[in-house]
This record gives sequence, structure tokens and C-alpha cells, in this order.
Amino acid sequence: MLPLLLILPQLLVSLLFFFWPAAQAIYQSAYIPDPFGLKTQFVGWENFEFLFGDRYYLESFKTTAIFSILVTVLSMSIALWLAVMADRIIKGSGVYRTLLVWPYAVAPAVAGILWLFMFSPGIGLITWYLDQIGVDWNHSLNSGQATGLVVVASAWGRISYNFLFFLAGLQAVPRSVIEAAAIDGARYWRRFWTIVFPLLSPTTFFLLVVNVVYAFFETFGVIHMITAGGPQQATTTLVYKVYADGFVGQDLGSSAAQSVVLLLVVGLLTIIQFKFIERRVHY
Amino acid sequence: MGTVFGTGSGMVEKRGKALWLTHVCMIIAIAFICFPIYLAFVASSVQQSELVKPPMPLLPGSHLFENYKEALFTGINAPVWKMLMNSMIMGMGIAIGKIIISLLSAFAIVYFRFPFRGVFFWLIFLTLMLPVEVRIVPTYEVVANFGMLNSYSGLILPLVASATATFLFRQFYMTVPDELAEAARIDGARPMRFFFDILLPMSRTNIAALFVILFIYGWNQYLWPLLITTDPEMNTIVMGIKQMIPSGDDLRNWPVIMATALLAMLPPVLVVVVMQNLFIKGLVDTEK
Amino acid sequence: MATVSLKSLKKSYGRDEVLHGIDIDIADREFIVVVGPSGCGKSTLLRMIAGLETVTSGDVLINDENVNQHEPMDRNIAMVFQNYALYPHMTVYNNMAYSLKIAGTPKAEIKERVERAAQLLQLTEYLQRRPRQLSGGQRQRVAMGRAIVRKPAVFLFDEPLSNLDAKLRVQMRLEIRKLQRELGVTAVYVTHDQVEAMTLGDRLVVLNDGYLEQFGSPIELYQRPATLFVARFIGSPAMNIFDGMADGTQVTLDGGVRIDTGIAASGRVKVGVRPEHFVADTNGAFKVNTSMLEQLGSNTLVHGTLAGASGAGAAEIVVSLPGIHTEAMVGEGLSVAPSELHLFDPDGKRIDG
Repeated sequence: MLPLLLILPQLLVSLLFFFWPAAQAIYQSAYIPDPFGLKTQFVGWENFEFLFGDRYYLESFKTTAIFSILVTVLSMSIALWLAVMADRIIKGSGVYRTLLVWPYAVAPAVAGILWLFMFSPGIGLITWYLDQIGVDWNHSLNSGQATGLVVVASAWGRISYNFLFFLAGLQAVPRSVIEAAAIDGARYWRRFWTIVFPLLSPTTFFLLVVNVVYAFFETFGVIHMITAGGPQQATTTLVYKVYADGFVGQDLGSSAAQSVVLLLVVGLLTIIQFKFIERRVHY
Repeated sequence: MGTVFGTGSGMVEKRGKALWLTHVCMIIAIAFICFPIYLAFVASSVQQSELVKPPMPLLPGSHLFENYKEALFTGINAPVWKMLMNSMIMGMGIAIGKIIISLLSAFAIVYFRFPFRGVFFWLIFLTLMLPVEVRIVPTYEVVANFGMLNSYSGLILPLVASATATFLFRQFYMTVPDELAEAARIDGARPMRFFFDILLPMSRTNIAALFVILFIYGWNQYLWPLLITTDPEMNTIVMGIKQMIPSGDDLRNWPVIMATALLAMLPPVLVVVVMQNLFIKGLVDTEK
Repeated sequence: MATVSLKSLKKSYGRDEVLHGIDIDIADREFIVVVGPSGCGKSTLLRMIAGLETVTSGDVLINDENVNQHEPMDRNIAMVFQNYALYPHMTVYNNMAYSLKIAGTPKAEIKERVERAAQLLQLTEYLQRRPRQLSGGQRQRVAMGRAIVRKPAVFLFDEPLSNLDAKLRVQMRLEIRKLQRELGVTAVYVTHDQVEAMTLGDRLVVLNDGYLEQFGSPIELYQRPATLFVARFIGSPAMNIFDGMADGTQVTLDGGVRIDTGIAASGRVKVGVRPEHFVADTNGAFKVNTSMLEQLGSNTLVHGTLAGASGAGAAEIVVSLPGIHTEAMVGEGLSVAPSELHLFDPDGKRIDG
């Protein structure tokens, strides 16, 4: 009796706010509400067929993929570079760490507004500088610029996190291995690419997965704040589209079908993450 | 031997210059990373009129105090102090709620054998696959049916179940030697007494580290409050910023918006900086 | 104060039976050591007395009361664990006082009992420390203190000394024995170390693979091992075992050596001789081909094979001779008094004359 009581709160919340809604999503994905919202009609796979026939939906897959890759690569490479430098500095690396960790606490949406302000078409400082060198910046019209800005703002907020894990990974590389390589005559960068970086690969793989998941979900705030998915849905990711179709467009059947697709994607990512983490334990 | 010494002294010599270069690179990089925040700070200290004629000034102005005062007590849709309070309640509620729920359920899973234990464990595990973003519309409907729109319980409850925290505590409990529970049993402690007297005090550091992470997670929520708080009085600060931006470009009160943005990041940043070691422990633990 | 009886006690995990019916009667104030190799079920036996494992069948009686269904705390027992199991976040004082607090003992009495136990164990100056600030021996004492303050009827020890270094182990062994006498409690002590078992126990329980091999005093076990297993397990270096063929009171060992045993038997048998029972004797039946000498000062261990047997089948032999011997004793004779010979049937059961 006691153990059931102990587990009950978590179970209740999970059932009410996780499983019931998820089941609803699956159920609704097979129905279309009539125009008055009074009745629903069973349509089977139709919502899904419609979804995968929708050019915008397929586009949002591509957008999400490009977006995830760019954010992951950008934030991880900057973080790795910073971590390598911090690792070389023995004195004062604590100070640098403090200066680099706090952006972690900045909400993605807040990061969005900071970057929006700098690149604001009317008054942004960077926009003005760009104008001076002849670049016309308007991310609300130019989809490439919009994607770029959203990517940079998202990656910016992610650097701290990656930096911390890379730094921890670097500091866990045994000194003796590096010294052995030095005695073998390898220079710094050669040592880095042939010894340190391979030893860091568990951390790198782990961060790859985590950052892709992050780019999928947590960047909603950045996108909503800066571009609201535009221009012409150029920055509409899968998550953004569920929101836009479900809440702004009130297209519940389609939104539910999208939720189900997302569910599968997250499931896949989670499995990859766990498979990988399990392997990581053996390192 | 000669080679070893040769390489060694070469390294040391190079290190002097390389170290300087490293410091310089590091400082430049940090300056770049901090620049957006610095700029926001400058914008929050000048008047709107100074911002609308680009380029904006690069040094702080003299209106810092009044901009923050305006933001905190007048705001645009709702006074910011109100939104700060909402965020505080949401952040604390989620962090404390998740920790309590997880401490208890992990205790049940690790220390008891009971029917359907495996099923429950998998149910909790599966919630990992259901982030709020995946189930927004139906979750919204559930919350609306309970009449929890524009309420703190609506803000907190749907985010309060956390498989991550449960796993973390499960992991920690499993490192506690069985003999400790047995010793307590022989000493006459019933299960809940063991939980409060032994397990809870032993989990202190883990709880604190997790609290830092979960508080930031709760404070920084965006999508969920955006959906369920239509009343500006119930807005959290992070999503409230968006509500401050009207559709027309010209009307934006940037100094107040930027002041709000800085206020929005201040509490979680303080938590991270002040509790840096706990924060890093929490980060590493939750991702393990 | 307390007697403990186990009546055909069995334990199974699923279909896997790990204890096959153990019967033991422990007298009041007796110090019982349960000894056996790892995995023999000795810890399970102890944990069933403690109430940490359920009883599959049979009975555990403490003071003639069946306690099968009692919670550990209601059995009037205390247990000292191998890894001490001290509460890491509590001071030494609170570790010792915890059970009394739960029982609702008045504060003044708790203080008095903890302080008395601390004094007994020389822990008084450490009462406000936490376990991690203590050495291994001190932690061990705290674990005992925690058991003492409850004034239990039965003390249970689960390999309490195995985490200590050799020197400390000897010292703590003496202290445990002294303490048990002073407090006048019944004790059940589990170990895999036969020296610990021999020195501590009034009586020993030898377990092997879930079966009770023998229950008796250390001297009984040494002089009259009931089974081949006990014969090999008790005594160091271990008893020599030779295969042979019995005919009346004579046995012909496989190497051809003929000895008089004084015990009537027939067919295949095993003959056991303790290394220290060989006596140098030029007319002795045993002849050794020495391969190695180990000098221990007080005595010398001679390792070799039994001469007479040819080739690879030659039986290994270990002989312990008093004093210092430096020469290899190839072909020298050894004899054994018939009373020091042990005879076992092919199933490993002792054959008595």
C-alpha cells in the first residue's frame, strides 16, 4: 500500500498531463471536426495523408533539419574552441568559466529578444553597421537572414552548456597520455587531433544528440520572438508548426496528426539518446 | 633523451607566447558573447529618442533608474514586478514539485517490491518521450477542462512530472548501500522514518543541485505560459516580453523592453553564478 | 539472557534452495561462529535470524519464542555489518542513539547509555565526529557501540572484521570476545576466516553449500572432523588427504605405502593426516620427495610428494616439523600415531573405529 501511495503523485500527473493528452492526440489525429466544432468525423489516415501532401509541412521537416544541424555545429565548435583555450589556461580558468557559464541561464526567448534588438531593421546597431558596408538587413523579408539570425541566437544560448561539458571532458583526459604523446614528439595541434579529440568523442557524441534535441524543442521561444516562423514559413520548425496550426490556425486534426509525427520523432531521438548513453557507461 | 629535452624546452618557450595569445583570444571571445547583454544594458539606460536614431549610443545613459522603475511598476501590459512574481512562483513550484514527486516515486521504485512496479517504472520512463511541445493542444484542452487556465496550478502541474529527476534519485538511492536500510530496520525505523531520517539528509547535495537546474528550467518556460495565460496579470516574465512587442515596429518602447529582458534573466543568472558548483553538478547528473 | 534455536531452517530463492534444513541450538551467552567458504549460505542464515530475510520453511526461535513473523526491531537483536553501515550524515553520538530515539527512550537515559557504551569502546572523544572522520577501527567500534546501546539479547556479526588490516583484526577480535563476555550476551558471528572462527567461537557451525557439515567446539572440529570438508577446512596448513584401499585395520595407500589405522574398514577410503602430526622416524612408512621448504622459524613446512608412488600420480604432501630444518629430506622416513589418523569413506563421511 505504502509504495503505491508514494508513487501515486507522479503517476497521477503523468497520466493526466502526459498520457491522456498523448492518447487524445493519437485519437484526434484520425478525426476532423466539422466547421462548427460540434461534431467530429472519423477520417482514418486522411489527416496524415494530407499532412505529407502539404508542401509547407515537408518544408518544415527540412527547415528543422537544417536548423538543428546549424545550431549544433555552430554552438559546439565555438564551445570546443573555448574549452580548449580554457583548458590550456591553468591559472584563472575558474574566472573564465564563471564568465562563460551564466548565459546558460538566459531563456531562449530572452536570447531571442537580445538578438532581435541588435538586428532590428529600424534601429538595430548591427543593422546600422551592416548598412554602412552596404548590406541591406531585413530578416522579416529575407528568409536566409531570418534563418541565420534565429540560428545564431539559438547557438549563442547554447555555448555555455557545451563549453562546460567539453571542459569537463578535456580535464578528464589523463595527463600521462598527453605527456606520452609529447615525448613521442607530437606538437600541440597534432596531439589535439590525434589524441585528445578521439578521447573526447564520448562527450562529443553525447552533446550532438542533446543539442539536436534542444534545437528541436527549446528553440521555440527564439523563433516565436524573432520571426514568428516567417518570412513565408522559412523558420517554421516542426514544433512551431504544431503550435501555429493548432493554436493560431485552429486546425485541430492536422495539429494532432503533427503531434503524433513529433511523438515518433522524439521517441526515436530518445532511443538513440539512451542507446548511446548506455554505451557511454562502458567507456 | 636529447629529443625529450629538446621538445620539452621548445614547448615551454612556446608556451609563454601561446599562453598570452590564449588569454587574448579568450577575452575577445567572452566580450563577443557578452556583447548582446551589454547592449541591452545600454538600451535600458537611455531614452527611447536616443534609440530611434541609429546608431544607438555605446555607453550607458542616465535614465537607468527611471526605465527600471517604469518597467517594474507600470510595464506595458502588466507591471513587471507582477510578472517576476509569477515566474518566481512557477519556477519554485516546478522545481519543488518535481523534487518532491521524484523523491517519493524513486523511493518506492528502489526500496519496495510491489505489483506492477515494472509497469509504473516504464510509464514514468515513457514520459521522457512526451515533452510539452509534443502534446500542446490536447494538454491545453485537459487544463482548460479542469478550469486551470490563468492559474498557478495550470502553469505548474503539467510540467511537474519529471522522469529525469526520478531517474537521478533512483540512481542515487541505488548507490546507498543496502546495509544502511537494513541497519535502520534493525534500529526500528519504519520505511518513512528511514526516508526522512536517513535518505533525505543524505540526498541534500543532489536535491540542491537538481533544484538549481529545475528552477532555471521552470523560470525559462515559454511556450506553456504563452498558451494558458491570456490574462496579462498572470503572464510570466519570459513570455511577457513578447506581449510587450506590438505588431507595429515604431511603437516599441525599447528601453523598457530591454530593462524587462535584463530583469527576466537576472534571477536565474544569479542562481547559476552564486551556486556555480552545485549547478555544474546538477547539469552533469541530470544528463548522465 | 537468550537462547536461539533453528529448527530445520530452509531458504529458497525461487526454485533455488540455498539452505537445506539447518538445526542448531544455541545456549544462553554462547559465542557461536558460523564459518564456511563464500556462497555457503552463512550470511543468509544470519540474516534469517536477524529477520532481514524471510524464512522459507522451518523455525527461528529466540528464547523459545517463534520469531519467524517478527520485524527485526521486535526480535531483541543487534547486528554489526561488514561495511559497518553507519549513517554518514549523523555524528557518532546520533548513530549510536538512533535506535533508542526511535524507541522513544527518555533523553537522559539515551545520553547515559551512549556515553557508557562510548567509554567501553574508547570512543568518548569522538562522539561529535562523523563516520568519515574516523579510521576503520574506530568505525568498527561505532558499529559495535550502536549494537551495545540497545542492550540486545543476541548480537549478530556479519564478517565485521574483513575490512580491517591484519593487525587491527587480531586486536578487534580480542575486543569483541572480551566485550561479549562482559555484556553476557549470546552472539552469532559469521566469517570465512577459520582462524577467527577457531579463536572466537565457543562452538562452530561449519556450512558448506547450504548443508550443515558439523556443529561443535573448535577442538572437536580439529580432532574429530565429521566430514572430509571440515577436515580440509579447519587447520592450517590444510590436512593431507591420501586415497587408499582399506582391509581390516590396514590401509594400502595408492602409492603402495601400508599403514596401520586401528580402525576397521573396507574398500576405497581416504586417509587424512594433519601436517603437524608427522613425526620424523627412520622406520616410518611415509617417505617424502621434497620440492620446497618454507622456513617459519618456529617450524618448517616441507612440500613434496609421497615417495614410492611413481610418476605423475604421486600424492602431494605437506609436513610441518617443529624447529628449523634446512636440508631436503629426500627419502627420510615419517610416521604418524594411529590416533592422529582420520579415515573417511568415499562420500567424505568420517569412519570411526
